[in-house]
Amino acid sequence: MERTLKKYFAVFTVPTIIAFTISFVIPFFMGVYLSFCEFTTVVDAEFAGLSNYVKAFSNMDFLNALWFTAKFAVIAVVSINLFAFLLAILLTRKIKGTNIFRTVFFMPNLIGGIVLGYIWQLVINGVLAKYEMTMFADAKYGFWGLVILMNWQLIGYMMIIYIAGIQNVPGELIDAARVDGANPLQVLKNVTIPMVMPSITICLFLTVSNSFKLFDQNLALTGGAPSRKTAMLALDIFDTFYGRIGFEGVGQAKAVVFFILVAVIALSQLALTRRKEVEN
Amino acid sequence: MKTRKVIRILLFLLLTVLSVLFLAPVFIVFMNSFKGKFYISDTPFEFPNGETFVGISNYINGIAKTGFLNAFGWSLFITVCSVAVILLFTSMTAWYITRVKTKATSFLYYFFVFSMIVPFQMVMFTMSKVANMLHLDNPAGIIIIYLGFGSGLSVFMFSGFVKSIPTDIEEAAMIDGCNPLQTFFKVVLPILKPTAITVAILNAMWIWNDYLLPSLVIGTEYRTIPVAVQYLIGGYGSKDMGAMMALLVLAIVPIVIFYLTCQKHIIEGVVAGAVKG
Repeated sequence: MERTLKKYFAVFTVPTIIAFTISFVIPFFMGVYLSFCEFTTVVDAEFAGLSNYVKAFSNMDFLNALWFTAKFAVIAVVSINLFAFLLAILLTRKIKGTNIFRTVFFMPNLIGGIVLGYIWQLVINGVLAKYEMTMFADAKYGFWGLVILMNWQLIGYMMIIYIAGIQNVPGELIDAARVDGANPLQVLKNVTIPMVMPSITICLFLTVSNSFKLFDQNLALTGGAPSRKTAMLALDIFDTFYGRIGFEGVGQAKAVVFFILVAVIALSQLALTRRKEVEN
Repeated sequence: MKTRKVIRILLFLLLTVLSVLFLAPVFIVFMNSFKGKFYISDTPFEFPNGETFVGISNYINGIAKTGFLNAFGWSLFITVCSVAVILLFTSMTAWYITRVKTKATSFLYYFFVFSMIVPFQMVMFTMSKVANMLHLDNPAGIIIIYLGFGSGLSVFMFSGFVKSIPTDIEEAAMIDGCNPLQTFFKVVLPILKPTAITVAILNAMWIWNDYLLPSLVIGTEYRTIPVAVQYLIGGYGSKDMGAMMALLVLAIVPIVIFYLTCQKHIIEGVVAGAVKG
């Protein structure tokens, strides 16, 4: 079969390969090359060595965005997973109306980032208005606003994955632990959590990568205000590209750094998952 | 047993309160969409009353200012066509590179997987320039861009499923005289259906809500819904909060309808996508 199929290479793969080349392969390598160049459009590039990288790392906005993103990611990842896991436990206890609750909690996940950002801008500014403040007065409001927004969006999603994990824990295992005299907390700690470890890994990975790559929500909720203090990495890169003429090279260098950061996180996560799989 | 029942009722109440909290932001936006534009920022948590109620004028205003109906049309066109194209071509590619084992096909596979971890900001500037040069900066051209960007996850998911199906049926079909194309469309594609639903849902959710890619590639000439929402705020100096609220409601309604009609598939698709991705 393989031999006949081989002749059909063009029919089966060429459309995808062409689209993939245009939108990913060429832009990716061009991007890596241009990060070492000075340019405003892509055709006037002049080699400039590492100067873009030097500029990127001496740019306070970029360093601030890096720190802001890291802080945000840690708090968002911990809070989202904690709440999602608690909800999943509640919703696997056969309480009345479980399906409706599940539907409600998952819904925000489907709304796009731009729309989510403006919804929460209204709500948070409405709350702060009572104290005669707006979200743009201090970066801490924008920070916690983003954390709340992200929780609202992702708790339902992670909850669904945890529910699937918890439902896969064999009932006999829990019964056996109970017979042996374990209290509910011990069952949770020694049976349920180890058994849903794969779900936890997936959820951690998804929340980490979503937090790091956050853009739409950031743009709509604060747009970086006040004075770029709430701009995360993706927004800072966007602003460097399109906000100032002549900084395209620096933007591209920041983007390469961003890519390496995301790739390292993704790969170490992958390695971790692989190791877990061997243990099982 | 009695304390157990009490705990159950308490938990039920807790979950009800949480659900109300979850729905509150959307409800607040809905409520404000019927208020005059100067009453929204100051008192967003008050119901519209005789003084502040403006009927559906915010909706008329918002639709007129952004061309929302056109935006809805373009969003629908781009999402439906892109998903169809992605399903067709990536399933073919995935089947081919899984069944034909050469250096080239495994290289392709790893390149597709690699593209999944590259953040969009890495390629956005160069990609939009390439798209301009090739005249893909219109609603039809962007479908090709979406095929390219969607191919990573989609090929990965289809390949994962193809690996799990035995080759016997395909071989039998070939021996009976089917050529590879007939084999694919008559035998393989029907088997791929569950994965195809998952891939379709994941891509549809992404493309429908995508803001940055259409705004960079097409600009504001043909606006999709997210671009129209952002355009209303970014475009003019003073923003019309009334039109804004109406537009947010209009942007949410199609998603909620879609969600409530195919909830089962969406939740299953998301779980399957997460586990494999």
